[in-house]
This record gives sequence, C-alpha cells and structure tokens, in this order.
Amino acid sequence: MTYLFQQVLNALQLGSIYALIALGYTMVYGILTMINFAHGDLFMLGAFFCFLAATFLHLPFIPTLLIAMIGVAIVGVLIERFAYKPLRQAPRVSAIITALGVGIFLENFTLVFAPYPQSVPTLIKNTTWVIGGVSISSLQLIIIALSIVLMILLDFIVRKTMVGMAMRAISWDKAIVPLMGIPLDLVISATFALGTSLGGAAGVMYALAFPVIDPYMGVLIGWKAFIAAVVGGIGNIRGAMIGGFILGGVEILVAAFLPSTYRDFVAFTLLLVLLIFRPYGILGKPRPQKV
Amino acid sequence: MSQGKVLLSVQDLVISYGNIKAVKGISFEVYEGEIVTLIGANGAGKSSTLRGISGIVPYKGTITFEGKDLKSIPADKIVAMGIAQVPEGRGIFGNLTVMENLKLATWSRKDKQEIPKDYQRVFDIFPRLSERQGQLGGTLSGGEQQMLAVGRALMSRGRMMLLDEPSMGLAPVLVREIFTVLREINQSGTTILLVEQNANMALRVANRGYVLETGTIAHTGTGLELLGNPRVKEAYLGG
Repeated sequence: MTYLFQQVLNALQLGSIYALIALGYTMVYGILTMINFAHGDLFMLGAFFCFLAATFLHLPFIPTLLIAMIGVAIVGVLIERFAYKPLRQAPRVSAIITALGVGIFLENFTLVFAPYPQSVPTLIKNTTWVIGGVSISSLQLIIIALSIVLMILLDFIVRKTMVGMAMRAISWDKAIVPLMGIPLDLVISATFALGTSLGGAAGVMYALAFPVIDPYMGVLIGWKAFIAAVVGGIGNIRGAMIGGFILGGVEILVAAFLPSTYRDFVAFTLLLVLLIFRPYGILGKPRPQKV
Repeated sequence: MSQGKVLLSVQDLVISYGNIKAVKGISFEVYEGEIVTLIGANGAGKSSTLRGISGIVPYKGTITFEGKDLKSIPADKIVAMGIAQVPEGRGIFGNLTVMENLKLATWSRKDKQEIPKDYQRVFDIFPRLSERQGQLGGTLSGGEQQMLAVGRALMSRGRMMLLDEPSMGLAPVLVREIFTVLREINQSGTTILLVEQNANMALRVANRGYVLETGTIAHTGTGLELLGNPRVKEAYLGG
C-alpha cells in the first residue's frame, strides 16, 4: 500500500511535467491546427536557461524559473513570427516539416555551446520527509504544486480573459477574428508565448529533478508529451492536462511492477489501444465540418 | 438623403482572385446617416466589394472612410476606426457563449465605461439574446445567430455597419424582424451598407441602392426608384 502511494506521488511528479509540455502542443494546435514539433526542444531550452541562470548568474529558484519561462517564450514567439507565420497559407505538411527543422536547429544550436551533458546546480534544498513509510521530497512537492498553479492560471486566462476568449475564437474561425477588431497576429503571439513558457517551466522542473541535461533531452520527452496531448484530445486544454497525468501514471506504474525496460512499450501500447476507442482523445471532439 | 457628408467612398475598385476579376472598377459613395444597399445575383461581386472595404482581400482603387485611405490598414484596425461588421454566414464563434461573443467585439473600444450601456441596448433590441447569455453560440438557431451577429456589430460601436447577406437562410418573418432592427439602428445614427440577394427587402429599407452585375454597377437610384425599375424588377424581383 505504501509502495503504491509512493508510486502515485512519483506519477504525479512526472505527469505534471508531461502535462505542462502537452499544453504547449495543444494550445498551438488549437489555434493554428499545426503541430509545433519544435516544442520538445523549447522544453530543452528551458532546462538550459535554468542551467545558465543558476550557474553563471547564481540566481535562486524563482528568478531562474522566470528567466527560463520568459526566455523560452521569446524564442517561441520569434519562431512563430519568422518560421511559421510565412507558411500560414501553405499546405500543412510544409509547416510540420519547418517545425521539425526548427527543432533540429535548436538542438544543434545548443550543441555548439554545450557539447557535453551539463549538470544543473541544486536550487532547492531537498528535504525528504518520511510519512507512514512514504518518502516525500520537498522538490517533488514543489514540482507538483507549481505545475498545478500554472495550469490553474492558464485555465483562468483561457476561460476568463479577453485574450483567452480571442484564442478560443481563433480556434473556431480564424477568418472572423479580425472582423471583430481583434489583432490576429497579437493573439497568436500571445498563445505561443503562453504555451512555450509552460514548456520552459517544465524544462526547469525537469532539470531540478534530473539535474544532468543535454541538447537532445527534449526529443523523447517532447514526443511523449505530444502523445499525451493527443490522448487527452489535441486542441483541448483540460485534455492535455489529463493526458499528461495519464501518461505519467502509466509509465510509473509499469516501471513499478514490471521490468523498467518495458515501460515505454507498455505505456505506448495502452495509449494506442485507447486511441482505437477514442480516436479524438479523451476530451477531444471531431471538428464540425464548416460549409 | 445625400445632403450629409460622404462617410465611405469607393473609387475604381478592382478585386481579382487569380485571373478572375470579381469586381471590375466600381465607384460609389455612402453618405452619413444613409442605408445603402448593394444587390445582385451570386457572383456579381457584392461580397468581394464588402471584403475589400473590410480589408480582408487586396484590391486596386481607392477606398476612404471619413476621408482616410483604408489601403494597407489591417482589418482589425478598420473595425477600430468605426466600421462594424456582420460577416457573411454570421460568423458566430460557436464555442463561445453569447455573452463572450458580444464581449469580444468590444476589444478595440476605448470608451470602456460605455460598454455596459451597449450590452443593455443589445438586450433591449434582442430580448432573446438576453435569455441565452450563457448559452454557446453554436447552439443558437439561425435567426438567433443572426441577431447575435448584429448585436456583436453594435458592441463594436462603429459609425458605420457593414452587413453581408443578413437574410440568408432565414424564415421570412425573421428576415422582416432583422430589417426592422436595421432601420432602428440606422435611425439611432449608424450608417449602413447592406449587401443582399433579397433585393425586395433590401430596397424597401434602403435610401439608395446599387445593382451589381458581373462586377460592374448596372443600375443605381433610390430604393423606390429601383423597386419600380422594370429591368430590376424583371431580373431581381421576380417580374
């Protein structure tokens, strides 16, 4: 029982990181129906911004987190402006290939400056409490709590603010939005800024939990978070959160009860089976055909 | 009615899609306080003209609003200058509530303290929208969606309102209701440019009309003149 509880806690930690990254995929897809395959590498950049701020500026946790989030958001907005925006009217496959290219660029750009894995300094003094046989670390609690706070904040922005309403309006019909006096490009930039900054935050948390980082760390995690977004129903924000936690949960539970090399195999098989029964994901709905 | 000053002026407007010219050099004016209608069959260039004014398709020629050239001004800024839009096919955001649809249209307004008064005005004109404030736009009937589209245009509070076929797909009783509202909106000081296939209704409510045929202006006159014009009658009013 305590073993299970321990694993649930681990699953929440991993799941909240997946969920934060999945949100970036789902938000961009929601407004542009495009998969930003560079998003996993933006997550990696978040980890590197964290590394830079902590190692060279000796900043504590909160400023480091903010620098990473803002830094990644700026890169995300620039990528949209210069790489994706010119392709908005182009066939979708062009945008996807461009996104893959941007991802490869980010990996190799980072590789130039960090050819070897880097170790991230400890930013949070890690205390571990043992409660009823379950060990809980302060880092774990901070990661879970912070992720939940960020997700609640995002949910609030999307549901209650004007810019959030405009994002949802774009996801319904992009062409009408300017006719309501709303600057389309500004809202798209805001979406990229929000989505990628969450990826940056996830990068920081990951770097704190697993403090050795390298330029390719975003590839596999990016794919997994993308799959989490699809499982939740891509384009659906709450779906991305659910998908992230489901993937985290499945992975941890598989690793807990089976040899850990089976982890990805079993996790992805389960997700594929789920998609057979819910092809649009858990909260996804088929897009209405507009005439 | 042409005693007022010119609010919107369109000169030698040409709009092409690839090799196809949809609008072939038309010119017209809308004076302050008027209801002007562009009528014509499918493909006559009515909607293209409106899209040109809204700034969502490129064009040759000159369009000015209150004397200011609209060329190269982005569509959202044109709304902010005072041209409210009721888009073709209503363009309601189906995933947003009625209230959210209305609220979004106030994005570019500077006079934020006036906004609550305008919600009240919209709900006074369309009590049905008031009852459905929290309902998603996509669940409304066609008539209610058209009311919402007009309500949204009121919320962006332009001096002028452009409407692209507000009668499309509506039952005759609803069409009459919408046109009555348009007349009221006009009487409270909003200039209206109305694109319609329902020539009969449009000409009855309009001060002046232009009949478009394959991208050029074929006839022009007051609403009543055009209603009485035998050639217009034959072509658009069913003989």
